Amino acid sequence: MSEQNLRSHVGPYFGEFGGRFVPESLIAALDELEATYNVAKNDPTFKAELAELHRTYTGRPSIITEAKRFAEHCGDGIRVFLKREDLNHTGSHKINNVIGQALLTKRMGKTRIIAETGAGQHGVASATAAALFGLECVVYMGEVDTERQALNVARMKLLGAEVIPVTTGSRTLKDAINEALRDWVANVENTHYLLGTVAGPHPFPTMVRDFHSVIGTEARQQMLDEFGFLPTALAACVGGGSNAIGLFHAFLDDEEVQMFGYEAAGDGMDTPRHAATLNYGRPGVLHGARSYMLQDEDGQTMESHSISAGLDYPGVGPEHSWLKDLGRVEYRGISDAEAMDALRLLSRTEGIIPAIETAHAMAGVIKLGKELPSGSSILVNLSGRGDKDMETAGKYFGLLDAKEGKN
Amino acid sequence: MKSKTSDVLKANKAAGNGSLIGYFPAGYPTLEGSIEASIAMCQNGVDVLELGVPYSDPVMDGIVIQEATLEALGNGFKLKQTFDAVRAITEAVDTPVLVMTYWNPVLQYGIENFARDLVAAGGAGLITPDLIPDEAKEWLEISDKYALDRVFLGTPSSSPERMKTASELSRGFVYAVSTMGITGARAEVDANARKVVAKVREVSTEANTAVGIGISTADQVVEVNTYSDGAIVGSAFVRAYAEGGVEALKSKTIELSARLKK
Ligand SMILES: Cc1ncc(COP(=O)(O)O)c(C=O)c1O
Repeated sequence: MSEQNLRSHVGPYFGEFGGRFVPESLIAALDELEATYNVAKNDPTFKAELAELHRTYTGRPSIITEAKRFAEHCGDGIRVFLKREDLNHTGSHKINNVIGQALLTKRMGKTRIIAETGAGQHGVASATAAALFGLECVVYMGEVDTERQALNVARMKLLGAEVIPVTTGSRTLKDAINEALRDWVANVENTHYLLGTVAGPHPFPTMVRDFHSVIGTEARQQMLDEFGFLPTALAACVGGGSNAIGLFHAFLDDEEVQMFGYEAAGDGMDTPRHAATLNYGRPGVLHGARSYMLQDEDGQTMESHSISAGLDYPGVGPEHSWLKDLGRVEYRGISDAEAMDALRLLSRTEGIIPAIETAHAMAGVIKLGKELPSGSSILVNLSGRGDKDMETAGKYFGLLDAKEGKN
Repeated sequence: MKSKTSDVLKANKAAGNGSLIGYFPAGYPTLEGSIEASIAMCQNGVDVLELGVPYSDPVMDGIVIQEATLEALGNGFKLKQTFDAVRAITEAVDTPVLVMTYWNPVLQYGIENFARDLVAAGGAGLITPDLIPDEAKEWLEISDKYALDRVFLGTPSSSPERMKTASELSRGFVYAVSTMGITGARAEVDANARKVVAKVREVSTEANTAVGIGISTADQVVEVNTYSDGAIVGSAFVRAYAEGGVEALKSKTIELSARLKK
């Protein structure tokens, strides 16, 4: 495959990755979704409806902010640009995909959506769209995550969604996806599974990517219009990979633009407690697609570890596995401690409190800037705001209790 | 291609009898325990054994089987022990043993390695709940090479074309999913089950169908056998064992199979 046409690539397969490894019971629903999406994406009415909702509801286009004071910590002569997905309604990039899939739900005549969520951002976005479109909404969330993202649980409930804490397995995102799949198998007739990242069976990885590609499409044009150049490098955090692919996609065929994805390294890349799937996993099948994943020698999924609920996932979208093997994107690990330092630094230098997920990308930028030649520029996907993480950050930095903390 | 599983189902049918296919997880609660339990099922009325491979992310399974398989993993179950279990069971009884496994463990073991070791242990084939024929190219070739059964699923939502593919490519039987849902007892086995079986019959005169998901009572087992080639029971056996050990499992097997044989 030539590097010139990476952008036009669609599923079901990305090289040896992707596919549909799901029970036969779900195939009809996946076929219906794919057919509906294929019609919609070429339908001017659908495109106009989506664009109008993004303009009047999501708040698109999102702006680009140059982070000058933060950049001083990123090496000599480095410029850092933030694509402000945190300013979207509901506070993260997740809404881009949710609005798109909610419109498709309507088109399919389904009345109920289910969603999995880790950090709660996708759950909040789904609950929001359900309220907007008058759909019933059930969100599956690992019990561990309901505790560390309690604020988002309250938001979802206020929005009228039912939040079901998942108590099986590692009680995090992976198990929330299992429960959502079980619900979907049983209720597929009236229910759409509004998957929140670029993982899962085809058509999800392609469709969710397309809905998020607005991030990179806007950012590429904004860089050219406002600054007159394309960035030297792109940076984004990678959980399932939706905000990263959303930023990267429009630039995939700009060979001069380097790309970096930052996975959660948890306690550190030299420890077994991490969520660095692309760095330490091997190809396997999880949640309906073949991709890199953290697994033991028997193919049992291993538990991931990260301070960030949204990155605490032992799988990753198949397109990222493909881009890794092609060498088009480099994936690196960022530890909990590095991410939290970057979270505080961005807060104090720019007045922007990022989500802990996003802070992994910011920590990556601090290191990357020091490797790049002076005069380089880095465009980061500022995928979400940190309000939901105040409990975790407050405890971490001892802001809630004067007696402890690392401040 | 010959299939012992198919022979058993067809022989029962020819004799005017029904068939009972029973699921039990390998390694639950221990390797030895699961071997003892499986043999007891085969000796007390199960015609085909479906031996489950415990897996970390069993999306087709309800809570009873999830809890049992997680317990097996917690007790240290290793994939290789599947073959130890198959060997011990097939040495003790003549019942065909199909291994029911999610796909990733097979992929990681190597599809051909898995097939070779399964044959060596005396296993009959695989039931693959998250492997659809579209993704099964390599498995189709290897299962032919090793003459293993391969059971694909047909469901109420499967299109006629997909049902045809599943019927043509399955060997042993087609797993007719009775209802849109995961494993676990249901008060009523869906009217959908009849439709799924009828859809298979429409496209194939050869293929056997066994109905599974939700079957837990002797009445259901008998009813399902009036229009298909077998009833598949899982959660009810696992629950019986969880509650009363191997004795309760024996009683449940006798209870569910008693009215199938003339
Ligand atoms: C703000 C934010 N960024 C990133 C992620 C990670 O997901 P993905 O890798 O799909 O962008 C999440 C997930 O919850 C999130 O809330």
